[in-house]
Amino acid sequence: MGKFFRTIFLVDLFQGLWVTFRNQNPKYIYTEQYPAERPEVAERYRGAPRLNINPDNGETLCIACNLCALACPETLIVVGSERNEQTRRKELTTFTYDLSRCMFCGLCEDACPVDALELTQDFELASYTRDGAIWDRQMLEEGPKPTQYKC
Amino acid sequence: MPDATFLDTTELVLNMGPQHPSTHGVLRVILKLDGEKVMGTECVIGYLHRGVEKIGENRTYQQFAPYVDRMDYVAAVSNGLGYCLAVEKLLNIEAPARAQVTRIILTELNRIASHLLWLGTHALDIGAITPVFYCFREREEVLKIFENYCGARLTTHAFRIGGLQYELYDGFEEQVKAFCDMFLPKVDEYEELLTNNRIWVARLKGVGILSGDECKEFGVTGPVLRAAGVKWDLRRAQPYSGYEQYDFEIPTGENGDTYDRYMVRMQEMRQSVRIIRQAVDKIPTGPIGKTPKVIKPATGEVYVSIEAPKGELGYFVVSDNSTQPYRVRVRPPSFVNLQALDRMVRGGLVADVVAIIGTLDIVLGEVDR
Repeated sequence: MGKFFRTIFLVDLFQGLWVTFRNQNPKYIYTEQYPAERPEVAERYRGAPRLNINPDNGETLCIACNLCALACPETLIVVGSERNEQTRRKELTTFTYDLSRCMFCGLCEDACPVDALELTQDFELASYTRDGAIWDRQMLEEGPKPTQYKC
Repeated sequence: MPDATFLDTTELVLNMGPQHPSTHGVLRVILKLDGEKVMGTECVIGYLHRGVEKIGENRTYQQFAPYVDRMDYVAAVSNGLGYCLAVEKLLNIEAPARAQVTRIILTELNRIASHLLWLGTHALDIGAITPVFYCFREREEVLKIFENYCGARLTTHAFRIGGLQYELYDGFEEQVKAFCDMFLPKVDEYEELLTNNRIWVARLKGVGILSGDECKEFGVTGPVLRAAGVKWDLRRAQPYSGYEQYDFEIPTGENGDTYDRYMVRMQEMRQSVRIIRQAVDKIPTGPIGKTPKVIKPATGEVYVSIEAPKGELGYFVVSDNSTQPYRVRVRPPSFVNLQALDRMVRGGLVADVVAIIGTLDIVLGEVDR
């Protein structure tokens, strides 16, 4: 009898519809209104790479040790260095980071002994050309400048 | 010779995929049809082949770790755990207790995320549109935990050989506990939507039956095997990473049909919550482990398998005493489970093929590697 009742009156379907109805409440809206509303990514987010500079004198923190290039599984980092004859130290000249092949695994960041290379919270990395994904030292130090949309 | 009547049909060969949305990726199934009836199938795979195993031979042990995340990208954390355990066994080291408990929490969260994605897309294939939105809503919470912990949402690279790279962030325990409390009522909600729904029951009950013996013949593992009544779970059968300390049940089904597999996975999500709750309460203090600077295991080979959300995930690593593995072979659960597709769909209807591919829970990134 119970089964008959449930079949005739579509109890199972109404049960499901009641769940859908309960979730109609506007306070359950989870959609992020990107790009009008920028999402807050986590502190540890692994996004665009950055080559940190010393904020006091603007010099790079990188000591051109080449460890990041060795750690990278895709060997997409190329570090160019030059020996300074006066201080007898290696100095960074160029730094190229090919973002088109990067998988943001964070191994370069882990390998860096002086926290110069860092994966930041910037996540808007699209560019119009393939060459735009290959970042040079200047780009890495300044960081991307994503478009800010007004709503 | 009698004339053919309109009831007679000839065998029709139909391509399903590789772009068919319900093949969950780029699987091509060649169906031999007699009317609506499936007389046989042939799977064509390889559309997503990236040669991950070959890549492994040209990378150091540390460098290969991010690539394994890209095989079963729905359960990247489980893949990472399997690989780390394999290399740790090769090196004869063990992760510290704190790292092990953290690994269990994250892999179980990943199991929930994987099952949620399965539930949403499977229901979508059957024709129930609503659950996918609810499932992704809860999955988002899991992905936020991953993002907070290691900085990536999907291809996490959460674990390192020998332990962890990242210390737990402040508020990790609270966030995980809050998720557990929030999640259990949501599972009931999904069940309310689906379990008794007459369309859902009619589409799933008795479809794609695979008995326990057939499962063993094919080497099928995971929820598909357990739904056939075989109580086999590697977390119990050969505990790794400290699973023997946790109290949980292995849900099993009886008939081995698509409906049972659905019920088993729903129960597994509840059991995962149970494991997570026990683990969060007893995260020990101490070191999280450190990756050796140079990994150069002695000559030898090792096979380690773990219970991934989709079944037994095995890593076979051969070392030739260099910094790069000589050979990495992966035993992916999806690839082995896919073999059973032909047995399951034969004699069924075309519409059931969609349900059966969905219930096998395959990820093509893992099938093709």
